Amino acid sequence: MTQMDGEIARFDKVGLRYGNEREVLSDVGFTLFAGRFYFLTGASGAGKSSLLRMLYLAQRPSRGMISLFGTDAITLPRERLPGFRRRIGVVFQDVRLVPHLSAYDNVALPLRIAGLPEKEIAGSVTDMLEWVGLEGRMHARPASLSGGEQQRVGIARAVIGRPELLVADEPTGNVDADMAVKLLRLFEALNRLGTTVVVATHDMHLLQKVPDSLIMRLDRGKMSDPTGALRYPPRKTGGQAAARFPDLRDG
Amino acid sequence: MGEDLNIQEDPAEAAAAEKRLLRLPGFGNIRGRGADSELVPQARLSGPMPWVIAIMVALTVIAAATGLALRNIALAAAADLSGGVSVQVLDSGEGRDRQVNATLKALQGAPGVASVNLVSAQEVNNLLAPWLGGAQEQGVNAADVVPVPALIDVKTHGPADEAQLEKLRKLLARVAPAARVDAQSHWLSPVFGAIDSLQWLAAAMVGLLGVAMTAAVLLATRSALGQHRETIAIVHMMGGTDSQIARIFQRAIGLDAFAGAALGLAVAVAAVLVLGRRFAGLGAGLIAGGALGWLDWALMVLIPLAAVVLAVVTARVTVLSALRRML
Repeated sequence: MTQMDGEIARFDKVGLRYGNEREVLSDVGFTLFAGRFYFLTGASGAGKSSLLRMLYLAQRPSRGMISLFGTDAITLPRERLPGFRRRIGVVFQDVRLVPHLSAYDNVALPLRIAGLPEKEIAGSVTDMLEWVGLEGRMHARPASLSGGEQQRVGIARAVIGRPELLVADEPTGNVDADMAVKLLRLFEALNRLGTTVVVATHDMHLLQKVPDSLIMRLDRGKMSDPTGALRYPPRKTGGQAAARFPDLRDG
Repeated sequence: MGEDLNIQEDPAEAAAAEKRLLRLPGFGNIRGRGADSELVPQARLSGPMPWVIAIMVALTVIAAATGLALRNIALAAAADLSGGVSVQVLDSGEGRDRQVNATLKALQGAPGVASVNLVSAQEVNNLLAPWLGGAQEQGVNAADVVPVPALIDVKTHGPADEAQLEKLRKLLARVAPAARVDAQSHWLSPVFGAIDSLQWLAAAMVGLLGVAMTAAVLLATRSALGQHRETIAIVHMMGGTDSQIARIFQRAIGLDAFAGAALGLAVAVAAVLVLGRRFAGLGAGLIAGGALGWLDWALMVLIPLAAVVLAVVTARVTVLSALRRML
């Protein structure tokens, strides 16, 4: 595969089957470009979650090629997977917070895994929880948080490490319409900072809320390109299209 | 749901929110090793693990102490008897005194012989007292009741091996044909054999307890892995390495093992001290040689430390091999 400029992920003739069942994904091919906002749509059971699982390296395909950050992800040695996963933020459909940790500790988790010192983590996590409007619930355990609050903790956890790629699997599935729009605004804000965002949803109304987004559609395991954006991705206007991030270490 | 989210539609506010986001240290350079100890809830002394390890360590230390005491008994007895030779003049007739004197005379000048002592009749009576009942109290001489040989205690300069014994036999064959020469260690060889077996038994027990402890840790670690499978999957997805996850379990198991090992050692030391006092009270010469030296105690203290290391290594190997089966 030849890497294109600004390319962050590429699937080429990817197929996936579980056991001896028929393929849940067949000949899926697309390219994700840095700094873009993508929606992945399709009916329930179309294979959206399976595709995302391969995108965030939780699943290897049965066939085909996947390239991530310019590297062949299929032949990537297991020891190198953590380094790649740290560049990807994941918002799970079922949130998947660690039940015995507080909201604060759940959000701090990626930074602790990455080895940041506690004093740096403290300010970062507090600001992030404030950003998602949960500064008053930072010591609450997941069981005592509402569905929307849990989802926001999950989003804060996914974005706190400033991932290059954010993958969200039905992030608005458990929240009402107002909250869904608010969560989308969070993703947009992150996208404006340069993160490539992929949101899987079957809610077609959400697509209109992000005008600049590109749409991928899965139908019974086959990828379609309703807007032609996957075959001919439009150049993004303004400085945010670049795959580079500002030098954040300088503040 | 009416949660108030701090995301503002006002562009100025949105820009301010983005600036705040940019200031977050987490958005800078990520490096080093993290504090990950609380990922698995630490439940020290509340589960069965520390108690299992305490029991294993206590039994292992007691088994080791037994083995070491037996080894000390065997070494002390062997040292005492290594150069000892018993000469029995079996003739109970009139020529007995002549043969005894000739034996004493021949042995005193013999090469390799350090000392020669005739065991007195009183000492022989004392040795036979347990078998002769109250005869001694009634003033009966043992030699008058049963045919008792004259006993001569000989110490050689070196170990009383078969070559040395053969020389003495040849020497005495001419002057005292009724003399019978035996190494003292021969009399105790069945005892040494039994002690040897007990030592092997103690060593086998130490080994088996080690295996049982490894199995217990393995089962506990697998159970913990199953219990925290979801947390592990989440940590994996966030870029946690196998070593990081293994470290969490190592730490939890290590702390449990340390608590259990300390408790087990305390119980075992108390038991060994009490038993030591009881045996010392017997005043028996053979058992007195079984006292534990400081090196033995040091070796026993190493057992709980080895148990902690074994538990930590077992936990690490178990976790890593389980994680390797995951993507």
